[in-house]
Amino acid sequence: MDVARLTIDQIREDLARRRYSAVELVEEALRFAEAENPRTNAYLHLCPERALAAAARVDERLERGEDPGPLAGVPVAVKDVILTKGVRTTCGSRLLAQYIPPYDATAVARLEAAGAAILGKTNCDEFAMGSSNENSAFGPVRNPVDPERVPGGSSGGSAAAVAQGTAVAALGSDTGGSIRQPASFCGVVGVTPTYGRVSRYGLTAFASSLDHIGPLARNVRDAARLLQAIAGRDPMDATSAFAPVPDYLAAMDGNVRGIRIGLPREYYRDLASETGTLVERGVRLLERLGCRLEEISLPTTDYAIACYYIICTAEASSNLARYDGVRYTWRAPQAETLAEMYRETRGQGFGAECKRRIMLGTYVLSAGYYDAYYLKAQKVRRLIARDFEEAFRRVDAIVTPVSPFPAFKLGEKIDDPLEMYLSDIFTITGDLAGIPCMSVPCGRTAQGLPVGMQILARHFDEPCMFRIAEAFERAGGFGGN
Amino acid sequence: MASRADALAPPEVMARYEAVIGLEVHVQLATRTKIFCGCPTSFGAPPNTNVCPVCLGLPGALPVMNRRAVEMAVQAALALNCRVNPVSRMARKNYFYPDLPKGYQISQYELPLAEHGWVEYELEGAARRVGIRRVHLEDDAGKSLHEGFRDSERYTYVDLNRCGTPLIEIVTEPDIRSSEEAYQFLTELKQIMQYLEVSSCDMEKGHLRCDANISVRLRGASEFGTKTEVKNLNSFRFLRMALDYEIARQVAVLEDGGRIEQETRLYDVASGTTVGMRTKEHAHDYRYFPEPDLLPLRVSDAWRERLRAAMPELPAAKRARFRSEFGLRDYDVEVLTASRELAEYFERAAAASGDPVEASKWVQGELLGALKAAGKDLAVSPVAPEQLGELVAMVRQGHLSGKMAKEVFAKMFATGEPARVIVEREGLRQISDAGELERVVDEVLAANPKQLEQYRAGKATVLGFFVGQVMKATRGQANPQAVQELLRRKLASPAS
Repeated sequence: MDVARLTIDQIREDLARRRYSAVELVEEALRFAEAENPRTNAYLHLCPERALAAAARVDERLERGEDPGPLAGVPVAVKDVILTKGVRTTCGSRLLAQYIPPYDATAVARLEAAGAAILGKTNCDEFAMGSSNENSAFGPVRNPVDPERVPGGSSGGSAAAVAQGTAVAALGSDTGGSIRQPASFCGVVGVTPTYGRVSRYGLTAFASSLDHIGPLARNVRDAARLLQAIAGRDPMDATSAFAPVPDYLAAMDGNVRGIRIGLPREYYRDLASETGTLVERGVRLLERLGCRLEEISLPTTDYAIACYYIICTAEASSNLARYDGVRYTWRAPQAETLAEMYRETRGQGFGAECKRRIMLGTYVLSAGYYDAYYLKAQKVRRLIARDFEEAFRRVDAIVTPVSPFPAFKLGEKIDDPLEMYLSDIFTITGDLAGIPCMSVPCGRTAQGLPVGMQILARHFDEPCMFRIAEAFERAGGFGGN
Repeated sequence: MASRADALAPPEVMARYEAVIGLEVHVQLATRTKIFCGCPTSFGAPPNTNVCPVCLGLPGALPVMNRRAVEMAVQAALALNCRVNPVSRMARKNYFYPDLPKGYQISQYELPLAEHGWVEYELEGAARRVGIRRVHLEDDAGKSLHEGFRDSERYTYVDLNRCGTPLIEIVTEPDIRSSEEAYQFLTELKQIMQYLEVSSCDMEKGHLRCDANISVRLRGASEFGTKTEVKNLNSFRFLRMALDYEIARQVAVLEDGGRIEQETRLYDVASGTTVGMRTKEHAHDYRYFPEPDLLPLRVSDAWRERLRAAMPELPAAKRARFRSEFGLRDYDVEVLTASRELAEYFERAAAASGDPVEASKWVQGELLGALKAAGKDLAVSPVAPEQLGELVAMVRQGHLSGKMAKEVFAKMFATGEPARVIVEREGLRQISDAGELERVVDEVLAANPKQLEQYRAGKATVLGFFVGQVMKATRGQANPQAVQELLRRKLASPAS
């Protein structure tokens, strides 16, 4: 078997025909991950015992003639901000370098219940804050396409693992583009579901009102299969939705004729030429498939970056308060007083980007500034959401670029946080509006760098989004590496 | 009562000033489980055992609102005559402390659960009203243990069992003018919460905690003075002492030409004084913002009204009814309504007895006396209210004398048997039957012709002798009143 080329459909067929066992598959995936990881640093650690135990359960079920589950034997990597019981979960932070959670995230438990084998935990920007994966306390991730370049962030390790072929699929988390942007940089599919579609229980919080768990995979069908397994109401997350989960695979019937697609003009200005050309070429392909294109406007787009960085830093400043040295985090050893312990632990424990965001967030929530920043940003957020609502009265989906440019070089933007923030422009609006959005590969630049196309849909209309993405992927030949 | 306060400002100076007090009262709700997780709220478990990822604030854990906590809070708010907001919001109150594992408390800020209420209580016979500014829901922090460990000199220990216990915070308007008013208000508030069974309000266990905002001004002034906040008023006695001290302290400062500094002060039990903790410049900025992990709290009209309908009669209404319906005196009403349990016991006893006033005497006298002597709670009283009522009725109907009834009660309390059973077994019935008594009286008169002659000769005191003989002959079971009446009638008539 060639783990790097397997799809979930192929694995299902192979297991059913006894071409190999789930344990053999997972053993091979683990071996491959171990061998390949030095090239990318995509994994922080593997969890072979857990993965093999899951595979053994699948084999037992197969032997007894039982349904082994929709994700039976599928080797999956999980971003290290998502908790795994008994398996170290560091969040890419020095503060949690030794943290072993006592419980599983709901998404992880659901993956395993569906038969998946969790191979290991993937590298990411510290507490999911970053767009390049250079903010990890455990070293940056290299893009498998070009090791001199970043894989994107913050789910860079998950995207790299899938692109590299060590994992068939992965879980990432997305707060402002952290699934879609690395997916686009690495040439894989990345899905940010509707807010509330997937439980956040067990996802280490960065910005609670914007955080999503979602899948990364080599093709749209695999991503949809993962989402199918993890979606749905969870009583442990008050913000998780009651809406029933539709059959995503059934929705992907290849027929996109007559689907109305909006092209927001604000997203097509000032595009780096190659990215623009590839996305526009993708749009033409959709038109050829029968979609009806319509230029639309999302006028509040210009305020999105400011709005996003106020809300996400405000929430982050509060969410990161618990890493204080009192209980499970690393604790600065030399502190004498309580204040000193807080100061030293957090001062030495957090990386620069986390500290920057904690300070920004603390500032915008402070007495006297709250109204001017946080409250205003909340109002802008509602306007952005309304822009989308109005647009979705005229169109069924919106198609845009994912990132203004393809993967950049390691170190290229790390000293310019503002430019780094500005690169999130196309992805943060979907998070702010809470609508489903995804990145699907739409080609490569002359240098061979992947470019992703973003599809956004109405709340809970993942079926429409998947239908478009799958038809596009098939017609353009973008599925698989 | 000499106190620390008296030393600060003499009474004639104090008399020129008026205190303005508002209270912030924290009431621990009596839910079985915590506000955002399923951990038990039980008190006294070994440290850090009633905990889970949610109340420990572990990474990735999320709060889920306990429906019961909301229901209790709504009932509390309704009982305080508040307007319950159809939509309210939880908010994060951010601050660092070792016993606050999330680094923020989940409370309410801009949109509290309920607002604009009031509580009426009585002060020296007159009704007084305190406005309730707001009632909001929040979670409690853990406990920092600064002493009691071998290395307490160097370390503080943290017990997170209490983390996530549901609280309501009740904030009053600055309508309170003295420590006595504060005391009476808090007493009324506690009674209301206990009647609702939303809290045991056990101050020793921290189920009722109180902070006070205090300022003083010259009588007649309309502006408020600068206020201080006094914390740690953790018993009714301390509340009174701390307020008295702080009022006097502020008066003394002003009398000396000084200025009151806006600050937080701590009541120090040992010295009986308040001590400055932090000034306004060092006040916390809690950076409140809406809690993104919880949806807005919606209380529909239907839900609210269902909760209102399920509320018991509240202390004030019960007191009024006990006065008007049963004709009880204020003092008796006060005693009998002290707890809902006692009031309900009394009502059931009164109904069974057919004589509320007598029932009131028996409940307050024999029952409470016996419970106290036995060190028992009313809840485990061996005598059921209906049984006590029956006993009272037997006295009222003349079947038992008061003296006999007390003996019967003692036996009821000891054995739990109903009065009827004891009376029958021991043959203790009081004889009130006219025919039966007449026979005995006739026998006594016939047996004592000498005394009969003396009586007829005008020696009225002999009547007592005859009563005694009748009682003796009936082994004390004759109804003395009936005997006397019968004797008078017999002796008044010509020789029988």
